[in-house]
Amino acid sequence: MPRPRRRRIVTAKRGFTLWALCVFAFLYLPIAVMALFAFNKPSPAALAGFTGSNVCDIPPTQLGNLTVWNGFTTCWFNVGLHDPTYIPAILTSARIAAGAAIVSTLLGLGAALALARMNKFVRVPFDSLVYLTLVVPEIVIAVASLIFFVQLRNYVSFFPPLGAWTVFLGQVVFGASLAMLVIRARFVGMGDTLEEAGYDLGSGRLATFRQITLPRLFPAILSAGLLSFTFSFDDYVLPAFTNGTTNTWPIVLYSAVRFGITPAVNALATLMLLATIVVIAIAGLVLRRGRVSASIETEETATAPVAMR
Amino acid sequence: MSSRGTDSAYDVEFRTVTKRFGNLTAVNAVSFQVRQGEFLSLLGPSGCGKTTSLRMIAGFEQPDEGEIVIGGVDAVGTPPYRRDVNTVFQQYALFPHLTVLDNVAYGMKQKGVGRSDRYQRAREALELVRLTGREKHKPSMLSGGQQQRVALARALVNRPRVLLLDEPLGALDLKLRKEMQIELTRIQGEVGITFIYVTHDQGEALSMSDRIAVMSDGVIEQLGTPAEIYDRPRTAFVADFIGEMNFLEGTVSRTEDGEYDVTTAGGVVVRARGEATRGQAVKVGIRPARMRITGATDDGVVNAARAAVDTKMYLGDEVQVVATLGDGTQVVIREQRAGADAPHDAIRPGDPITIQWDRNAPVLLAETPTEQQE
Repeated sequence: MPRPRRRRIVTAKRGFTLWALCVFAFLYLPIAVMALFAFNKPSPAALAGFTGSNVCDIPPTQLGNLTVWNGFTTCWFNVGLHDPTYIPAILTSARIAAGAAIVSTLLGLGAALALARMNKFVRVPFDSLVYLTLVVPEIVIAVASLIFFVQLRNYVSFFPPLGAWTVFLGQVVFGASLAMLVIRARFVGMGDTLEEAGYDLGSGRLATFRQITLPRLFPAILSAGLLSFTFSFDDYVLPAFTNGTTNTWPIVLYSAVRFGITPAVNALATLMLLATIVVIAIAGLVLRRGRVSASIETEETATAPVAMR
Repeated sequence: MSSRGTDSAYDVEFRTVTKRFGNLTAVNAVSFQVRQGEFLSLLGPSGCGKTTSLRMIAGFEQPDEGEIVIGGVDAVGTPPYRRDVNTVFQQYALFPHLTVLDNVAYGMKQKGVGRSDRYQRAREALELVRLTGREKHKPSMLSGGQQQRVALARALVNRPRVLLLDEPLGALDLKLRKEMQIELTRIQGEVGITFIYVTHDQGEALSMSDRIAVMSDGVIEQLGTPAEIYDRPRTAFVADFIGEMNFLEGTVSRTEDGEYDVTTAGGVVVRARGEATRGQAVKVGIRPARMRITGATDDGVVNAARAAVDTKMYLGDEVQVVATLGDGTQVVIREQRAGADAPHDAIRPGDPITIQWDRNAPVLLAETPTEQQE
């Protein structure tokens, strides 16, 4: 009976491969379509009535049907990169996100360090409060932030009005919790034996922190920073409440949808996708050393004891 | 390093040290001295206070009462990074982000030893523990035994006054453990540094130590050479923890000429050398190997008991018989077997036998450890 059984296994394997391909298609096809349509030309009808040299100069309302493929052009990238509202909005978002990521990571690191040394009666309530900010719906935090920030200005004269600063402060609430969660996850597995080893070998508290604790936490710190950057950058709900007159990229994009999006948005999104891939690749390379040694460990343990004897 | 104080005959001295964790007294008024260049083991079951004692010497814990003197200077309150001791941790605690060489050189870097100098000394230390050619590897790429050697080199390279070892061989397999035991005694002999070695493995302690402190419930039950601990255990706990021991309980019925008799409830008379108080209820211990099975069946003889065989087990060169005495006490007898050994081979469960021993075999045991001075 070996043959039919083997055939069944092969069929099953093919089935799973197909399923996996379907899942990947579901995940990435929209992104691929988005990137493809960044290169789409206006409809033939719109082109027929156009006399200029650059097809992307056609006003957005007269572009015709852009949901079908009309032909290849790269001019949308040029339009997108020179758009008077998109580019400042992206820069604003990037600035807020960078600030929020740095401050969140610092706060999260401090909280993680403190929590590791706290006694249970302080740690458990503190921990639950931090987790709470992650599970409370964002809309609740957004409304609360709005009311709080507006009220605060009545009592604290130097508190900034609604704008980039309040968006930043609101996002740090979430970002710091997230960063703490990520760093603490690393911390829990570490124990403090290595710190003890540092003290034992004659390095003081600060030197041990710098030479032992920080390098070990670095991967977690890096991923915490990247995560809070991403969360802040594409956040819509909180900025929508606390932005005042400042326009972030998601807010601009959302209002643009209502007046019809040109492929210039696709072009910018594609560029951001590329930037993301580059950043993640760099982060991956930086973190790679740790992973490599971990994978070698599993191979080596099998052979090394034999080699030793 | 800063406290290489007055030269004392002892490298480490505990003076009635007590350490509590909440309601639990981990170390209870313990006093002992560790001589210079000595290999001292702290031996006991988990929770006996041996690791806590070691951590107090290292400076990770501070005693609640008493003094800990390291190199003639009271070290209580001194942080670990200002003590002239180094530790080999149970799980090695090697820095995973540093290479083997940087791990070993770490302590010297903290002291400001120059780069080439410290790498030179680190290489020498790795040679001492016989691990060369792995300097550039990360610890995770080494096997358990190799990591153990790095941990040892990292601690030894600083030439501490005292080296503390916290069950360093616990994570190794049996063969490697035996190998490392020999290595450790060789290295200790070469460097001449005082070793304080925490273990729960009595075989390890017996084979490596100059002296052993047997601990239980936060106190030292007995401190002595391996031979003293094995041959003359002072308490039932020590007797039971180090090797196997048969216990007989009874009353001292006669004392005479440096000998005493203990009569058990079952009528067995144990006659042994030593001092005892007449009329006292006592416990005596006899090692399984000091008992033998004889064919004689005469009653009323001292240092002999009749028993019924429960089980018999071959252990290669030895045969182990478990038997029950008249009063229900179970004893273990272990005898050498020479070739085809008819009398032993004939023993079957249920057979009546007579057990005998010499009068220097029984050891009088105290219930609680008494104050001892050396």
